[in-house]
Amino acid sequence: MAHGSGGKATTELISSIFARYFDNPILAKMEDAAVVPGAARIAMTTDSFVVTPLFFAGGDIGKLAVCGTVNDLAMSGAVPKYLTCGFILEEGVEFADLERIVFSMAQTATDAGVMIVAGDTKVIEGKGGLYINTAGVGFLPEGDFAVSSSNCGDKDVILLSGTLGDHHAAILSARMGIENTIQSDCAPLHGMVSELLKEKIRVRAMRDVTRGGLATVLHEFAAASRKCLQIQEDQIPVTAQVQGLCGILGLDPLYMGNEGKMVAAVAAEDAQRALACLKNSPYGRDAAIIGEVIPGEEGTLLLHTRTGGTRMLTELYGEGLPRIC
Amino acid sequence: MKDYRAFLKEYDGPPVRIMEVCGTHTASIAHSGIVSLISSKIQLISGPGCPVCVTVTEYIDRLIELSLTPDTVVVTFGDMIRVTGSRQSLQDVRSEGGQVRMVYSPLDMIALAEAEPAKTFVFAAIGFETTAAVYAALIDEIARAGITNARLLTSLKTMPLVIEWVCSMQGGIDGFLAPGHVSVITGSDLFVPLAEKYRIPFAVAGFEGEQILIALYALVKMILHGDSRVMNLYPSAVTAGGNQTAQHMINTYFEPCDAAWRGMGIIPDSGMILRPEYLHYDAGSRDLYSDHSHHPGCRCAKVITGAQKPAQCPLFGTLCTPDKPQGACMVSTEGSCYSYFVNRRNA
Repeated sequence: MAHGSGGKATTELISSIFARYFDNPILAKMEDAAVVPGAARIAMTTDSFVVTPLFFAGGDIGKLAVCGTVNDLAMSGAVPKYLTCGFILEEGVEFADLERIVFSMAQTATDAGVMIVAGDTKVIEGKGGLYINTAGVGFLPEGDFAVSSSNCGDKDVILLSGTLGDHHAAILSARMGIENTIQSDCAPLHGMVSELLKEKIRVRAMRDVTRGGLATVLHEFAAASRKCLQIQEDQIPVTAQVQGLCGILGLDPLYMGNEGKMVAAVAAEDAQRALACLKNSPYGRDAAIIGEVIPGEEGTLLLHTRTGGTRMLTELYGEGLPRIC
Repeated sequence: MKDYRAFLKEYDGPPVRIMEVCGTHTASIAHSGIVSLISSKIQLISGPGCPVCVTVTEYIDRLIELSLTPDTVVVTFGDMIRVTGSRQSLQDVRSEGGQVRMVYSPLDMIALAEAEPAKTFVFAAIGFETTAAVYAALIDEIARAGITNARLLTSLKTMPLVIEWVCSMQGGIDGFLAPGHVSVITGSDLFVPLAEKYRIPFAVAGFEGEQILIALYALVKMILHGDSRVMNLYPSAVTAGGNQTAQHMINTYFEPCDAAWRGMGIIPDSGMILRPEYLHYDAGSRDLYSDHSHHPGCRCAKVITGAQKPAQCPLFGTLCTPDKPQGACMVSTEGSCYSYFVNRRNA
């Protein structure tokens, strides 16, 4: 993008890309604000995306920007409906890269059933960086939504929607130039959530497993619900490649970030049906029952290890630094 | 198969104290929940095998000084960034313009140096025999590629002399879980003179939970029988004589030197430094000996030598946590305090 800082040429260039890929009647009006039909109760959220590299195995920053916001809406029990997106482009972004990213956003939005109804672009000085903010609105169904991290009850069963660590491992591999076939798991999760709700699964708590990893999320469930949660190391799905990479770098899949995985605590009697719901989703094929709420010290998360021992898991401390020997 | 598990769990003989020397063992013991599988009469003590934890403050201060020098970039593993020197850490000086890059492998520095030839890149080269072999390979590559803007600031240490130091302190260690990674390079025979001199058994072990349990079983049995051998229970990776090629590489580029260990002082000949003919790759590593504990209450030194458990430190879990570490043992993911804190290992 040779033509610089927000002039007419840039505006035309960008609007032609956006208009072309985010084609919908609301955006097409090009008004100052999108006017859309609503619901009695809506959920709103926003998130910014600054990942490098922009493209990685299994996704790109555009796909991430849609999935991240869609998943936040889905975890609150809402059906994701509308997104806005703000782009900040540093001078030097390649036109073709921008086009690929916008195309990917449009595809992911279609997959997730959301409409991108408003947008903004700024061009600033820099070295070719690209950042995206998305905000989202979702419709909440009638009635109270009783899902909360503080709602785990005795004997509840914990389910995970698939393998851990793939996104984190894909990004690290790309940054470090490590060749492997690890793909980011970046995916919208609202489908499996609506399946759970449709099947009237008694979901007590659910959360997408992003930064901080599974252990951080479940530790929060345990603390907020004042229960003891135990998970089984040998039941937690992790691909051999991710496990291998973690071994080399001294990372723990339990603390690695994901972009297309969720964890839920459900009533024990509903566990098998819940598992079937997750497995029915194209993004939940590797779903597994990984643990349960057990009698024990309030606010603790225990891991029953492959070796047969038991240890406590805490939330993530620091940045998950690689070990050195 | 289950016999050794039952033995370890039900052991009710005289109390035994076993030191795991290697930081990776410390981490794996915590990860596998080993303590929940053995009798409370078998006490495990974390030794001086975490390279970050035994680095003295003057070395960190020197790194900080380099990071603030114009056109100089410090390249390091992640753990080092948060360790405090006499006043600050590399992380602290980053916000003041200190140039610090984090990498996952020393060899990553080559690409950095090639990309910015006007800057000098200094690798924070800490570690034991295992990592020394990688630094030797790095120097070898730098020399071959004719790179002139890459240096090492070394604080390299060797295992046998510090283990001897622990033995000579008579801290009541009955057996050693010998460091697996180091042994891959040095060979298990390295520990034979120590075993004979101090009549203490050693077990060289791998890093899986099961491998550690088997090694502990072997050690307790040897202790009970007064047997002071070196048993190699990691034969898939470790030989008696070690990796000759790696040893040759290390000896080509490095020679022994006195080394300062955090909290232990200077142990003669327990370190390695670049040989005189390669000093142009050195960023001023000689004579970095002084060590000022960041906090007067810090017990890192006693924790590293097994004289105290982490929880016996007055700062543990209160003033000193992984979020706000006072001592190096709480910074490194292989540090005993970090490991005890995060995994709530019985401290």
